[in-house]
Amino acid sequence: MTVVLDAAHYFEARARIYRHVWRGSVISFFLNPVMFLAAMGVGLGVLVDQGSGRGALEGSSYLAWLAPGLMAATTMQSAAGDSAWPVMGGFRWLRTYYAILSTPVRVGGIVRGHLSFQTVRLIFVAGVYALVIAAFGAVPLGPALLAVLPSVLTGLTFGALVMAITSSLRNEMGLSNLMRFGILPLFLFSGTFFPISQLPSWLEPVAYATPLWHGIELTRAAALDIGTTFHPIWHVAYLLGLIVIGVRLSVRMLTKKLIS
Amino acid sequence: MADHLVTARALTKRFDGFTAVDSIDFAVHHGEAFGFLGPNGAGKSSTMRMIGAVSPVTSGHLRVLGMDPDKEGPAIRARLGVVPQEDNLDIDLPVGENLMVYGRYFGLARSVIRERISELLDFVQLADRKDTKVETLSGGMKRRLTIARSLINQPDLMLLDEPTTGLDPQARHLLWDRLYRLKRDGVTLIITTHYMDEAEQLCDRLVVMDKGKIVAEGAPRDLIQEYSPRDVVELRFPVGQQEDALDALDGLAKRSEILPDRVLLYTDDGDHAASEIHERGLEPETIVVRRSTLEDVFLRLTGRTLIE
Repeated sequence: MTVVLDAAHYFEARARIYRHVWRGSVISFFLNPVMFLAAMGVGLGVLVDQGSGRGALEGSSYLAWLAPGLMAATTMQSAAGDSAWPVMGGFRWLRTYYAILSTPVRVGGIVRGHLSFQTVRLIFVAGVYALVIAAFGAVPLGPALLAVLPSVLTGLTFGALVMAITSSLRNEMGLSNLMRFGILPLFLFSGTFFPISQLPSWLEPVAYATPLWHGIELTRAAALDIGTTFHPIWHVAYLLGLIVIGVRLSVRMLTKKLIS
Repeated sequence: MADHLVTARALTKRFDGFTAVDSIDFAVHHGEAFGFLGPNGAGKSSTMRMIGAVSPVTSGHLRVLGMDPDKEGPAIRARLGVVPQEDNLDIDLPVGENLMVYGRYFGLARSVIRERISELLDFVQLADRKDTKVETLSGGMKRRLTIARSLINQPDLMLLDEPTTGLDPQARHLLWDRLYRLKRDGVTLIITTHYMDEAEQLCDRLVVMDKGKIVAEGAPRDLIQEYSPRDVVELRFPVGQQEDALDALDGLAKRSEILPDRVLLYTDDGDHAASEIHERGLEPETIVVRRSTLEDVFLRLTGRTLIE
């Protein structure tokens, strides 16, 4: 019970901070989907739809097929960023985690509070994406909003995992590498822009293992009302399992770092 | 036992084979200002973190407010006020909200915190800064805000780790004044410092730490009396001439310390020693006669100065 209260108190702190800084991020929330959908979905999409693309895209237009993939991948990026620099700031730059741990709040409260507020933030990110997708006419508003749910689940999976990784790092060098060699390749090769069946056959199993692919499967299924590769429950279970692992590792790593 | 807020016996902290705190014993009484004096790396902060229940005890016995910090950390921390060595305020939040957020960590009601915020900001003389961004505050103001923050839960015991390091003299005196008032109001203070004047000004009782061990314990005045003659004559010689002068100083003092840049003569009558120096025809660049301080105690006990 106390861990819930701890988390609630840190959630409140994050919310108060966000109230002062949200203006900086909100424009990119809108601009990002507008630019990606215009360039890739509309611009590139016309070429794809005229060519042999349709068959591989389960009958959707490229714009409609791409939109939910981008939504999930963008939510991932947003979560990864939120679990990288602000977390490192907490133990390295601003050292606010040390201040918090001088109160009754424990490490578990910081981790869960951080990820709880991140969830709210991701609902906002994915929600804006849904509105833009609908405005582009890619997907009707209803299914687009339905896709917010699996998209947030996808984001949170990365939020938890990246928090664990950040907590084990010493400095920001590792963070840049994580983004460059971890998040960016996932963004490009996990089924966001093209079906993973297009990958060389030896790479396909790698794509199956990536959490983003599972998240995109679910998000796309919700938006386009199509089936998933495995039963949806397995995709959900995989992501939930990784969230549990991410939370536990985050608590362990941060404890090692802060309580010494 | 009841009036001991902290007791430690054979308290030890080791990090990967390095012993930061080496089997120390001490007790902090209710209502006193207790100091840990020593140079950087003496083990003061490690001791402080164990008392603050954020660093597991390696071995030995430690009780804080009657509880075991390794088992009842949250219950102990609920009654502590901690002022860390480095500022860790939330720079994205204004002054008032820093206190609000912190009070919430203690589970206090917002209405209660709101009342305390205005009292505390008055107390640390930041009342007109309530809506200011923390980023724009001066170093002294940030320290005062940190002190206000540490008082939000009306703590029984305050832990201040190097509270005035990095502050200019004026800001230090303002801070000391606030800490005096807290002490007068019955708050127990534990202070670490490597400034002997801070220890002399603030502490009723202190322990001198060096290399993880306690080398002396007592009230500042008693320690000075016990370990150092009343006066010190500080002599500075022109570069290169200190060596030659040493022989001529023989017999002038009870004890002397030769530092790279000056010679310290310990004697019960500094003025007499100073005139004797002139009579012997010595011509140091400067002669200063002063009272012994904790710095001299530390030098006597360890052969080193506090700030190197």
